[in-house]
Amino acid sequence: MSSNEFKGVMVFSENFEILLELLGKGRELADKLQVELSAVLMGHNIDEERGKDLIKHGADKVYIVDNPILEQFNAEPYADVLSKIASEYKPEIILIGATKRGKELAPRVATKLNTGCMTECTKLDIDEERRLVVTRLVYGGSSIATEYSRVKPQIATVSPHTFEKLAPEERKGEIVKFEVEVKEPRTKVVERKKKEIVGERLEEASVIVAGGRGIRSKEDFKLLEELAKVLNGQVGCTRPIAADYGWFTNWIGISGVKIKPKLYIAVGISGAIQHTAGIMDSKIIVAINKDEEAPIFKAADYGIVGDLYKIVPALTEAFKKLLK
Amino acid sequence: MPTIIVPFKQIVDIKEIKVDPSTQTPITVGIPRKISDVDKNALEEAIKIKEKHGGKIIAITVGPPEAKTALRETLAMGVDEAYLLSDPIFEGSDTLATARILAKTIEKLGEFDLIICGEMSLDGLAAQVGPRLAELLDVPQITYVRKVTVEGDKVIAEKDLEEEYEIVEAKMPVLLTVTREINEPRIPSLRDIMKASRKEIKTWTANDIGISKEDVGSEGSAVQILKVTVPKVERKGILVEAETVEEAAEEVVKMILKEGVLRR
Repeated sequence: MSSNEFKGVMVFSENFEILLELLGKGRELADKLQVELSAVLMGHNIDEERGKDLIKHGADKVYIVDNPILEQFNAEPYADVLSKIASEYKPEIILIGATKRGKELAPRVATKLNTGCMTECTKLDIDEERRLVVTRLVYGGSSIATEYSRVKPQIATVSPHTFEKLAPEERKGEIVKFEVEVKEPRTKVVERKKKEIVGERLEEASVIVAGGRGIRSKEDFKLLEELAKVLNGQVGCTRPIAADYGWFTNWIGISGVKIKPKLYIAVGISGAIQHTAGIMDSKIIVAINKDEEAPIFKAADYGIVGDLYKIVPALTEAFKKLLK
Repeated sequence: MPTIIVPFKQIVDIKEIKVDPSTQTPITVGIPRKISDVDKNALEEAIKIKEKHGGKIIAITVGPPEAKTALRETLAMGVDEAYLLSDPIFEGSDTLATARILAKTIEKLGEFDLIICGEMSLDGLAAQVGPRLAELLDVPQITYVRKVTVEGDKVIAEKDLEEEYEIVEAKMPVLLTVTREINEPRIPSLRDIMKASRKEIKTWTANDIGISKEDVGSEGSAVQILKVTVPKVERKGILVEAETVEEAAEEVVKMILKEGVLRR
């Protein structure tokens, strides 16, 4: 198959907000290539308004697949449907939102289409040869790789909350109902347990105070909350605090949330690369740790070596006094 | 009794990577390699399942002849059979090509009940080989598993997503990718290591698994890497010292305020 047969940019995410973000980036790439931008919407009893919404946010075409099996995300049928749409319409680029669900979907789609896939891209552009060139983190987040796929379609998963959705406007677009047989998946979700949401969205917070294993109990996070409160900030944590102890919903780092606050205060965090890679877009980083050799101090602008149980309250007081 | 296959990867120890200051690129040659951390969790989980339900565990890896050391380690942990997929033409394989090699190998090994992989390796951060392998072998997958039980012919797994946990059921065969929270990998005893040193490690080439040159290595890979750079960390790295904690805190706060980041 000649690669010239592939044309257009297609975007998909099971998360509607992220799908809108992908349309924002997708529009830019499609305009550069002067091709069509399409979005895929899967689900059951889909409200047509959603399709119109996608057009308002930049889509030229919306493919809707409505089927009871697609009511909830499942990698098997979703991969099956997305690859069938891609085989039919042959986009040269497919962008998929890099949620955990998106990241289990994309490799299956790429395998069905016998092509490559680039994970969690943070920059995407078109080069002079009309190729999609992306950058993404590698080596635990310590390095940045620039890559492209020499096979089409070029598939990339895109880091959530990295690109902005467009302001909605009245535009022309077409909604196409894609009819396809959907097979029952072989896995079944028997229960969903919502995580207790602690704190607000860290991706958008301008001040974050985060704790690591230096903090001895869940109650002790109150110290961090008091500091965060003075700064109108949010409280976050490292992976063990969330994933091992379950004190928080999610964690900051390469495998969790990547943050970009103006001020980041790391408390009792040693600073493994998997964590620091997730905080490197912070404007100012402050570290508090009892171990002078902790790698976090190398990743910080300001540091205090010592007992966090004394330093954090002192910082809270100092901010109260000096912020007046 | 389940047959469990654990495909694992060897990676460079990220902490040991140095930076070439003239090009700002990472230096990865000459750095010791180890079994990817979360792949050890995959191995451990396989061993735990075997301890409870019997069966057999097969570890497989793609790599140069030196990778036998890592396979030896998995045997010491409790793996029953170890296979090295080694061929000069495998070099430079991306996730697409690697999954093809593993799939061909597993097809040759015969029937299986479970494949357990790590959620992703820290070097490539791709999280792709597991789902790709599931697709090639036409089995379902459950990713980001932090807890799993085997009951008769099915598995029940707890999947860790951003905002919720899903309890997922599937009939075997199924492929799981596990997170590092699922267990604490064992450290083999000296006796286990000695015993493992006498076990056989089989090496299979491209010919043995019947895979052709076009499908593997750089020729069979889709993703091309143009460059890898290490971003310069430009942090001030100022350690504030003072007589008292209060003074140190005030000092830091003054410095932060001077940065102007807290202005509205």
